[in-house]
Amino acid sequence: MSVRGYGRSTPYLFLAPYLVLFLAFVVGPALFGIWMSLHDWDFQLPGKPFVGLQNYKDLFDPLSATSLPFWHGMRATGIFTLASVPFLVALPLGLAVLLNRAFPGRTFFRAVYFAPYVLGVAVIGLMFRYILDTNFGILNAFLGLFGVSEIGWTNDQPWAWIGLVGLTVWWTLGFNAVIYLAGLQDIPAEQYEAAELDGANRWQQFWNVTVPGLRPVFVFVVTITILASANMFGQAVLVTQGAPGDSTTTAIMVITDTGLSQFRMGSATAMSYLLALCLAIISLVNFAIFRERKS
Amino acid sequence: MNTHQHVSRRVLLAGALGAGASWGLAGCGEGSAGKPGAQPTPSGDGGAKGYDGPPVELDFWNGFTGGDGPYMRKIVEKFNAENPNAKVKMTVMQWDDYYTKLPTAVNSGRGPAIAVMHLDSLATNAARNVIEPLDDVATALELKQEDFADEVWKAGEYNGKRYGIPLDVHPLGFYYNKTVMEKAGLDPAKPPMTADEYMTALDTLKGKGIQGHWASPFLFTGGLSVNALIWQFGGDLFDDGASKAAWADEPSVKAVTWFVDLVKNGHSPKNVAQDADAIALQNGKTAFNWNGIWNINTLREKKGLQWGVAPLPNIGGTKAAWAGSHQFCLPRLKTPDQNKSTAARVFLNYVSQQSLEWAKGGQVPARRQIRESAEFKALPEQATLATQIDDLRFPPSVAGIGDAIAELNKAINEAVLLKTEPAKALGDAAARADKILEANRKKYGS
Repeated sequence: MSVRGYGRSTPYLFLAPYLVLFLAFVVGPALFGIWMSLHDWDFQLPGKPFVGLQNYKDLFDPLSATSLPFWHGMRATGIFTLASVPFLVALPLGLAVLLNRAFPGRTFFRAVYFAPYVLGVAVIGLMFRYILDTNFGILNAFLGLFGVSEIGWTNDQPWAWIGLVGLTVWWTLGFNAVIYLAGLQDIPAEQYEAAELDGANRWQQFWNVTVPGLRPVFVFVVTITILASANMFGQAVLVTQGAPGDSTTTAIMVITDTGLSQFRMGSATAMSYLLALCLAIISLVNFAIFRERKS
Repeated sequence: MNTHQHVSRRVLLAGALGAGASWGLAGCGEGSAGKPGAQPTPSGDGGAKGYDGPPVELDFWNGFTGGDGPYMRKIVEKFNAENPNAKVKMTVMQWDDYYTKLPTAVNSGRGPAIAVMHLDSLATNAARNVIEPLDDVATALELKQEDFADEVWKAGEYNGKRYGIPLDVHPLGFYYNKTVMEKAGLDPAKPPMTADEYMTALDTLKGKGIQGHWASPFLFTGGLSVNALIWQFGGDLFDDGASKAAWADEPSVKAVTWFVDLVKNGHSPKNVAQDADAIALQNGKTAFNWNGIWNINTLREKKGLQWGVAPLPNIGGTKAAWAGSHQFCLPRLKTPDQNKSTAARVFLNYVSQQSLEWAKGGQVPARRQIRESAEFKALPEQATLATQIDDLRFPPSVAGIGDAIAELNKAINEAVLLKTEPAKALGDAAARADKILEANRKKYGS
């Protein structure tokens, strides 16, 4: 006797609660965004002239009002992503391996490293705004004890990037560490035993057991870390205000400013789509690189 | 942070430009907010006769997050006590959020009945149908151009209609730390008022190891100081009609160079952080700081700080100082409500007559009669800064001008941080601003 039958619509009904929200708040606005990007769109103005692909073309026309800020923003986002992702992928792994070993106070330290992640960007931003302040910040005061002269953590390069990357790593490394930790606990202990019997030392065990065992976790961590870094916004708004010049003004800041301060929503959505396209391509490349290679 | 911190970009403008076309558009679109005639006809007395209709609740939004907030709240409470039928509920938010939120709220029918804006935001918001004309209130208050500084008055007009009732003027002033001046052997009773005196004073301070004037690379206060200097050196931000940025001209380059030289000549540290210039004055690390009038209450709260304030020194040859102005305006109501419209006007009328109370919050009243009253003169710091009234210059009143001014702020940032030579920074920024102005002309149709 088979399981009692169910109607064709049953799976969809189970999916419905999620699907409704997904359609209403993700797919709907995304499609609407495409429509907006084809217009000169200001929700407060009665005339929203259709401009075709002009908003996109402008982004590739160095003489337009939108292209320079946008590509500067993309460059800033690119620099931040390149600078932060390696740290956010490597450091949490080391941390997770340490926290995975048995030692007194392990639970305490796991909580400590995760704790900053619980704080909102406003808290982190404000706190580091004070810590990194060039003239009155505690960090420069501390370095001053060793005779280091004032460093422009919020308004000089490359210090501004170092500051932003540093605070972001401190803030979010706990999250990646927890994911690695879960991955580590999924690697069967027998594999380590077997490796040990074969005479592998700790380092060899790490490279030949731990790293391959974490491959699926890597794909996930690298992908979400790239996306999170590419969406960097709050830290730069609060700590550097995009300075010096516009060098730490990220793509998302440019999009926000264009859409919500200058009210050029058509241009802003066109920028968003271009950014999304870039991120999609990077994610695909990422999946290709980490794809399980057939031995 | 002070309340004016965020004039930055949306701070725009109000309509000196030939406004023609955009209004025409407003009339025929689908946006309900834009239909002429859809608004209730106000009672006709502009709020002068009070409100005796059924009880209404009026939302009142502003960005008075600093020391001025409590003073406005006091005025509101007094109004509520005297007008049992009209209850005003004041909501305060950061200016930055405010200028983003207000249009959305108005569009969705959840906007406030009363709002405050900086004078350079009025034109943009008028052009975008966020606020409605209130000529009748001006008439009821018997407001006349002679009562106000020309620019303050004109900034409230867009396309021949009045959108803003000036509440105050907030100029830049010259603050000095008397203790630091004394330490360096300067006379705190005689702050330097000319370019030569100023440089001599800075050199004296430098001789004592004091960096006398910290040059901030940010809008507050570096950007505002440079605006003032540009006008002092005989330059301007925009050409007539604000179709082109004018800050790449020689006077502006001279002005920015003077400011940047403060850093190069060791009168200011490099890389001054946001607000560090103001803090340095309070901590006795520097002697001089050009800052807004809103700084008065901040300094007054510092016990033991010996400070003074004077009009800006004349560095460039022409007396001039940057100033902003808060203006009352009436956001459009999506659902016309005769009672609300009337009661809101009664409130504007009331507050406009209370602007002395407001002056205590650290502002110069916009109206001449109040400025010249004995009560106002009894507020020594405010009254000192009010003596600049005829030399004050304001950001121009054109829809979307804040988008262009943001480019100037970037140039000042790069120049003061010694990343780019002043002339190049200003030239590049002017070229970018011209494109924005062109795009705005297309968008707002002037």
